[in-house]
Amino acid sequence: MKIGVYVCECGINISATVNVPEVVERIKTLPNVESSRYSKYICSDSGQELIRKDIRELNLDRVVVASCSPRMHEPTFRGVVEEEGMNPYCLEMVNIREHVSWVHSDKERATEKAIKLISGAVARAQFLEPLERKEVSVIPKSLVIGGGIAGIQAALEIAIDGFQVYLVDRNPSIGGRMAQLDKTFPTLDCSACILAPKMVDAARHPNIELLTYSEIEKVDGYIGNFKVTVKKKPRYVDIEKCVGCGLCAEACRLKGRVLNEFDENLSKRSAIYIPFPQAVPFVYTIDPERCNMLKFGKCGDELLCVGACEQNAINFDQKEELVELDVGTIVVATGFDNFDPSSELKYGYKENASVITGMEFERIVNAAGPTEGHLEINGKEPENVVFIQCVGSRDKEGHEYCSRVCCMYTAKQAHMVRDKYPDSKIAVYFTDVRAFGKGFEEFYNRVKDEDVEYRRRELDDPIQVVGNEGGVIVKAEGHPDIHADLVVLATGLVPRKDNKELARKLNISLSADGFLLEAHPKLRPLDTFTDGIFIAGCCQSPKDIPDTVAQASGAAVRAAAPLAQGKAQVEAITATINDDLCSGCRICEKLCAYSALEFSSDDKIMKINDVLCKGCGSCAAACPTGAIKMKHYSNKQVLAQIGGILAK
Amino acid sequence: MTATETKTEMEEFEPNIIGFLCNWCSYAGADLAGTSRIQYPPNIKIIKVMCSGRVNPMYVVNALQQGADGVLIGGCHPGDCHYQHGNLLARRRMAILKNLLEFIGIDSRRVRMTWVSAAEGRKFAEVIKEVTEEIKKIGPMKDIQRVNEW
Ligand SMILES: Cc1cc2nc3c(=O)[nH]c(=O)nc-3n(C[C@H](O)[C@H](O)[C@H](O)COP(=O)(O)OP(=O)(O)OC[C@H]3O[C@@H](n4cnc5c(N)ncnc54)[C@H](O)[C@@H]3O)c2cc1C
Ligand code: FES
Repeated sequence: MKIGVYVCECGINISATVNVPEVVERIKTLPNVESSRYSKYICSDSGQELIRKDIRELNLDRVVVASCSPRMHEPTFRGVVEEEGMNPYCLEMVNIREHVSWVHSDKERATEKAIKLISGAVARAQFLEPLERKEVSVIPKSLVIGGGIAGIQAALEIAIDGFQVYLVDRNPSIGGRMAQLDKTFPTLDCSACILAPKMVDAARHPNIELLTYSEIEKVDGYIGNFKVTVKKKPRYVDIEKCVGCGLCAEACRLKGRVLNEFDENLSKRSAIYIPFPQAVPFVYTIDPERCNMLKFGKCGDELLCVGACEQNAINFDQKEELVELDVGTIVVATGFDNFDPSSELKYGYKENASVITGMEFERIVNAAGPTEGHLEINGKEPENVVFIQCVGSRDKEGHEYCSRVCCMYTAKQAHMVRDKYPDSKIAVYFTDVRAFGKGFEEFYNRVKDEDVEYRRRELDDPIQVVGNEGGVIVKAEGHPDIHADLVVLATGLVPRKDNKELARKLNISLSADGFLLEAHPKLRPLDTFTDGIFIAGCCQSPKDIPDTVAQASGAAVRAAAPLAQGKAQVEAITATINDDLCSGCRICEKLCAYSALEFSSDDKIMKINDVLCKGCGSCAAACPTGAIKMKHYSNKQVLAQIGGILAK
Repeated sequence: MTATETKTEMEEFEPNIIGFLCNWCSYAGADLAGTSRIQYPPNIKIIKVMCSGRVNPMYVVNALQQGADGVLIGGCHPGDCHYQHGNLLARRRMAILKNLLEFIGIDSRRVRMTWVSAAEGRKFAEVIKEVTEEIKKIGPMKDIQRVNEW
């Protein structure tokens, strides 16, 4: 057995804390180590060549690379050994950066630890076995969850590539938050004007099937072969028959009495409704929470909506429907929630009608919004407008991150006030203006020149909005009070409240801030840890529309690749059963979450289905006779590693 | 041996701790501690397994036999296991193992199970600090011995 060991200095990332030459010398003395070398960057071309050359010239059987986390470069080095004809599973990685040099400062002890970890890997490496990666066929279809701008963009890209896409949104219409915006910074395009054509394109595209008013129930399977159960909620309107004429909503007994969530509850609608004028699909939906018929079983003495509908589209007998979709890949684009400032009493939100959120502002200035675009607060036009930035963002006790869009949407909104009311006084309380994007700084300068007063304060400085006759007084430390008739809070973007539930269904992870976690923050920003599932848009972190669209196009490319190839490789790490040792006790059977183990009544022993097996090893840990062996994590391999690390 | 001598000996004792971490949550949490440069004692040596459910109690016993003074098993939080419930199986196994360890005269605090998610770099570092402190207090692992008390 010949083992080659390659230790990376990672510039000074590792070598500043670990004495790499000493590590290499000590490792040389271990049994079976044929070659032990180091390089400034093992992952670089010359570093990789070092390994390749040794495999060729020294006829190595196993390779150990001690560098960064295997989660970063294991695929890279597996590729390197594979090029020289070595089985990729004969590579072992040791994490001496994330687990050693970056977390310890005592050089001597860090060096000692690195030596022990590598010794463990060398001991384990002798017992590594070549494994075959299974290849599975890929169903040439994709699923996009969430139909905001991210989901629409991703679905269109995959559809244009020639594959079928299911686009699922839980709302009655696609469009997401962008549909609620009035204009968009920094170019001031009308949001609906750039979004609506894309929504229509998505609906019309022959490769896209829309499943609106639908939720993900369950996700099973693996890359290439996901089985997704989608719950279609009943609209109580036949979408084939409805022509969107709106006679039903006119007739509804509750017309003008149901809060309209699309307008941030600033207007009222009927119990049968269409969320907004450009909705796609353009069909009505009955709100089960409010409709008298659905709640009480009757509505006055006749069903006015049914009477009004000339298409006979209303059907109170509609039931929830479960649909099964088979897809090869999944893109998650579920977006964000708006921060609710009611918990932050200092802003006086909800107590004073003069205090609104950024999203409420978007609706109020919108020509199709609750006031048809007139900025009326308490029935009159505002003369003194105050914007307060960073509400719910950059808060060390709450959401610590910067929401990335509020600085710019505040500048945009200040500009819109100036545009509509040239004589108004406008002030912005800010801490740092983050105008990082293309055209952002220019836009900010333009707004400042439009007689908008930017007042700087520290994040922790006291600020208070107190009620006053006909408006409010904004008191901020270090600045004169402002008597304002409108205060707009630049509320941040927060994770969807059901992110955890969704992540569990998809078997993906959340980051510390509650958004969905990418596989690598820099190199795999669109992937998740589950092969075949990708993320795009604000579900991953707050971002503006240009970044959202760019990310969505990228995720679409990632999701379409396996569909184009028609096959994908799945994990080779599965369980195997030694027929001679299996006693047929069936203990493992109940432990398997995937029903991969089945009792064969003929042979009276267990059989394994290695397509279903996901390789967790729970069965092997329980097998009393040791008949179950986990590939790549066999008892021998793990025990050798323990012994190698602990050897004196 | 005088009291002060015992004290210095205890102060110098640097325990060997083996950590079995699942690939999906705890190992990623340890990586995050690294990328966030959160410092913790180097006593822990990590072995990656696909799921905490892979940790055969035999591995823990073996580690103690080979000279580990403590063993940590890290998995995803309940409900978050990448394989649905491997972490719950691990928890049950470790609870049983701890009883056995007490029975054969090994302080069961040497073995600890913890949940660390991929987002909990800080928690990971805290747990390692705690575990290292605790094992330091318990002292080095001695040969297995038990005095019967009836
Ligand atoms: C007040 C305000 C003003 C802004 N102004 C601008 C601007 O001027 N310029 C700019 O570039 N950006 C602006 N933004 C940012 C912009 O809104 C976002 O970049 C964009 O909306 C992100 O799109 P998305 O598709 O990622 O998410 P979303 O728009 O949130 O879409 C997500 C979609 O997924 C659906 N969904 C969620 N969960 C599920 C589920 N479990 N199952 C099925 N479907 C689900 C939702 O119904 C929704 O349709 C602003 C943001 C705010 C809050
Ligand atoms: S995968 Fe983390 S405990 Fe099972």
